[in-house]
Amino acid sequence: MAQVSSIAEEQASTPLSSSKSITLRISRYNPKHDDSSVFMEFTVPYQKWTTVLEAILDVKKHFDHSVAVRYSCRQATCGSCGMMINGKPKLACFTKISELNSDVITVEPMSNFPIIRDLAVKFERMFETHHKIKPYLIRDDTELESDAKEFLQSPKEVEQYIQFANCIKCGLCNSACPTMATDSSFVGPQALAQAYRYVADSRDKGKDSRLKMIDEPHGIWRCHFAGSCSQVCPKGVDPAMGIQLLRGYLLGFRS
Amino acid sequence: MRESTIMKIHYGTAIAAVALVAVHVLMRLTQGFAESLEYESVLANYKFVPYAIMLELILVLLSIHGFNGLRVILLELKQGRIYEKAVSYGCLAAMIGLIAYGSRTIIVVNMGLV
Amino acid sequence: MTKDEHKEGIGGMANPRRYGIERVAYLLMRLSGLGLLAYFVAHIYETSNILRGQVGWDELLEMTSTTEGHIILSIVIGMCVFHTVNGIRVMLGHGGVGVGKPARPDYPYEPASQNYRHKIGIYSAIVLAAFAMMYGLAVLFGE
Repeated sequence: MAQVSSIAEEQASTPLSSSKSITLRISRYNPKHDDSSVFMEFTVPYQKWTTVLEAILDVKKHFDHSVAVRYSCRQATCGSCGMMINGKPKLACFTKISELNSDVITVEPMSNFPIIRDLAVKFERMFETHHKIKPYLIRDDTELESDAKEFLQSPKEVEQYIQFANCIKCGLCNSACPTMATDSSFVGPQALAQAYRYVADSRDKGKDSRLKMIDEPHGIWRCHFAGSCSQVCPKGVDPAMGIQLLRGYLLGFRS
Repeated sequence: MRESTIMKIHYGTAIAAVALVAVHVLMRLTQGFAESLEYESVLANYKFVPYAIMLELILVLLSIHGFNGLRVILLELKQGRIYEKAVSYGCLAAMIGLIAYGSRTIIVVNMGLV
Repeated sequence: MTKDEHKEGIGGMANPRRYGIERVAYLLMRLSGLGLLAYFVAHIYETSNILRGQVGWDELLEMTSTTEGHIILSIVIGMCVFHTVNGIRVMLGHGGVGVGKPARPDYPYEPASQNYRHKIGIYSAIVLAAFAMMYGLAVLFGE
């Protein structure tokens, strides 16, 4: 089933001075009562700066307010609006229509995440694996004690992990990962990159417990360095690098 | 066994097998491919103890590497406690079976029992 | 893996078109690994024919020394070379070699791990496998 609607003649949040328009195909699926997903098509005008999220919000505003999409910051900071855009996981707020070089834009819910409805997916498992690798500093002392000094770091020490601290938990890396496509128990690139972020932090003393946690049949060894996670990361985290560096500890190349 | 230990063995067997298989292939090419496959020539290879040891090593190394690789692929395709145990033990059994089958050929021919 | 999980499945895992040459290498590595294991098992089985004496061995040679046999062997040679060269690249990567160093990322966030060294490694593996296959064909059919 494909429903076609046009926004061209109606009032849009995108100024109507725009002469260009695209066909936006939105995947509709409610697991509670649908057997499979269907695509609804909308003709949406756009400007050079129009993002996919803005186009979806135009559709919600003018055609079908029931389209389910999660978003918040609209500036690639909250990590809420990840979805498959023309077959690849991207942040809708960070993807300009003009950069896609296509007259038809297909948006689907992120792969490898259970669907709540339409474009909104469940993040529970990703947050669970993220939590499992203990995403906090582990050490016996604390800088909160009255006579204790803050934990100082040199710029060089900060460089070791700061890139990986940019993770916004959008889940695009888990969606692109080929292992995640079939392995329901895999820890995933997001959590593994975060494990490296804390292992590489000079203030952290929890390396051994974290390494033990990921050294299991569905842990770090199920990463085969395909690098798709790094290619889709909207924040330059480069999970593939973090995972290989983390594996270096287990192989004895790093200490 | 920890997964890191298994994967270290996986990498180690790969590196060792590359060197030994290269020797095995070069032996075919230096003797002339067709000539090296003649019955007498193959028999002589098997009866030459260092070469027989090398064949045995290749057999063990590639069996371990190959069946562990298969285990990894199968573990990623489907999950579940019983399935995963079946895959792990199945691959181990297949590995041992192949090594036993290949070793029998090497030992029997090497000892001149053909 | 259930339908509820909305996993891409084997089709998504094996789709080499979306994420560049690295994903192609990932797929070829798997396929060549499975192919080589199948060949290895068959090779152990076929060489055990020597236990049947000269008659058994000659029968085996006759069976495998066909055009189809030579083409299969050439493909095996190609798979072997690709799996070896790409395997060395992947192993080095797994040890953290050639994956770049952590640094503050700048827009447009080109991932340092997906660098030219690894791309050259992949293309080298493909080219060397192709050359090895051609050499294999020349040796096998040149007799």
